[in-house]
Amino acid sequence: MTRKDNNPIVSLLSRIVSPFIMLFALYVIFHGHYSPGGGFQGGTMLAAAVLLIRLAAGREISQLQFKKSWGTPVGSVGVFIYFFTGFLALLMGGNYLDYSFLPLGLEAPVTRGWGILSIEIGVGLAVMGILVAIYDDLLEGEPND
Amino acid sequence: MTDYIIGHYAYWFTFILMMIGFYGMTMKKNLVKKLIGMNIFQVSIIIFYVSTAVKWGGTVPVLDLNISIADTSKYINPLQHCLMLTAIVVGVATTGVAFALSISIFKRYKTLDEAVLIERMIKDNESDK
Amino acid sequence: MKYVNYLILVVFAGLMIAASDNLPNRGDANAPANREISPAGSKGAAYYYIQNSKTDSNTDNMVTVILADWRGYDTLGEETVILTAGLICYLLLRKRRKTDDTKR
Repeated sequence: MTRKDNNPIVSLLSRIVSPFIMLFALYVIFHGHYSPGGGFQGGTMLAAAVLLIRLAAGREISQLQFKKSWGTPVGSVGVFIYFFTGFLALLMGGNYLDYSFLPLGLEAPVTRGWGILSIEIGVGLAVMGILVAIYDDLLEGEPND
Repeated sequence: MTDYIIGHYAYWFTFILMMIGFYGMTMKKNLVKKLIGMNIFQVSIIIFYVSTAVKWGGTVPVLDLNISIADTSKYINPLQHCLMLTAIVVGVATTGVAFALSISIFKRYKTLDEAVLIERMIKDNESDK
Repeated sequence: MKYVNYLILVVFAGLMIAASDNLPNRGDANAPANREISPAGSKGAAYYYIQNSKTDSNTDNMVTVILADWRGYDTLGEETVILTAGLICYLLLRKRRKTDDTKR
């Protein structure tokens, strides 16, 4: 890009809008049991909120919000949550990814509901981290705009 | 005949979309245009799957207390929606990898045009020997 | 050569449209994919999903239950695909150090 100046209107507006996008993304993830939504959609919206600041404020300033080196670790944490939930069910005596064996002390259907929530959080983190990481990697070596 | 056309025209339009994507993949010379064609192809397949999930008079596959689940024709088929949800995100990932590959091609050969790229690759190979 | 490409496109489109001839009508609630008993005699998947999502997992959204519970392996492999794509982008586009440039 050849843009030299920073437009204050775009910068201020994106700074106001980004937290609300994140809040709505969290709503989409955690309300995915009762309405259309879930980990993939919420994770994509979280990534959109981060990338909005990336586009509006430039890459140097946006490091304050989400560092460039965090993308891949956040994605790995998401995948690890998924694997760990499956292994926990395996250790408690059930099949792999059979959430009714999770040690919560509730009835089987309710336990499965909580297991699904854990899975959704893992998927959301993974999608967010990897999308931001792909964007950052594609701009690697470009001059800052 | 009218029933047949009303029941099948959506499939035909997705096939036309698929052919547009295939045209972009096979006949365009620029690598980025090929990628755009690949994405159009992918979207056409997603639309095709979702269009097979429709039931007339059915609602979204989220449980509603006012609509009984004893009559499954009141809810559309949830399986295709689940499969395409994962397909969309995998599509984003493959597009990212493809763009990364084309960026590294451009960094080395300074072109994205197919014919020029093959010429430069051959020249590069010969100069290496 | 260009005409061969166009011919392949037209033949492919004709093949797809001819194959769609046997598909059920769009929106048909009695299509084989939506029945309780499939034509092969086994239980229909979509019928089971709609009937048992609340009793099996205490969740209203059937798509979520299919995604995370009944087809959990599918989502697990798919998430591994995303992570692999991110790692590939990182490995392809990271800045190479000076010492790596001596031998490509």
